[in-house]
Amino acid sequence: MPLAEIVFWLLAAFTIISASFVVLNNQLLYSAIALLFALFGVAGLYIFLWADFIAGIQLLVYIGGINVLIIFGIMLTNKISSVRLSQTNVQQGVGAVIALWLMILISLVISKTPWLQIESSEPSGTVHAIGTLLLSKYLLPFEAISLLLLGALIGAALLSREAT
Amino acid sequence: MDQLNNYLYISAILFSLGTFAVMTRRNGIAVLMGVELILNAANLNFVAFSRFGGMNMDGHIFSLFVIVLAAAEAAVALAIVINIYNNLHTINVDDAAMMKE
Repeated sequence: MPLAEIVFWLLAAFTIISASFVVLNNQLLYSAIALLFALFGVAGLYIFLWADFIAGIQLLVYIGGINVLIIFGIMLTNKISSVRLSQTNVQQGVGAVIALWLMILISLVISKTPWLQIESSEPSGTVHAIGTLLLSKYLLPFEAISLLLLGALIGAALLSREAT
Repeated sequence: MDQLNNYLYISAILFSLGTFAVMTRRNGIAVLMGVELILNAANLNFVAFSRFGGMNMDGHIFSLFVIVLAAAEAAVALAIVINIYNNLHTINVDDAAMMKE
């Protein structure tokens, strides 16, 4: 087994174990830290898929931004006494059955479908191609998403402001 | 590592773990973490299909947009969660059901 293969399977196991820790752990702050590791594992998988720019953005935006925001949210909304309360509702059994059934269904679809695959060689970098596409073919969605970010910024500021 | 199916299976497991968190967690922030897992599963699929479909860059653009949407969603959702906490002194999503009554 070549080294890259071993690293790939280690990364996959790391991602899945961290993600299940996020879901099954009872302490919210531990879940947030485990989410950090799961996102890190997904970034590693992106590198195996030759997506260097997406991996970098995943590290910057998800780990540096969203995860820190989530930890902020936990610390702002948790009383010390309520940390050890049960975090799951009564539908845990039903939820587990539905999630397991969903996973089996998706896995069956994946294994049964003859995916069309095209051979390609590894590019030297993806940044140039992504930049060209963003300012030519996807210019309108790019502008729309910047408007959406502006709206989200104003909305979040309005929502979290003290009512006067 | 050179097999499309491996990535799809990993993404399927991440997706079902995320749906499990969304269905069973009581805490609003934990539900949000489940949504992040689901979005990551979708992103992984986009990038995997892009890599095995002849290195088509459109998949990368889509996953970039998904990341941007996730950031906007996290910011607004946390503002809402903090507002719910200020008004109800809990972020249990089962308790924030005044619209039903």
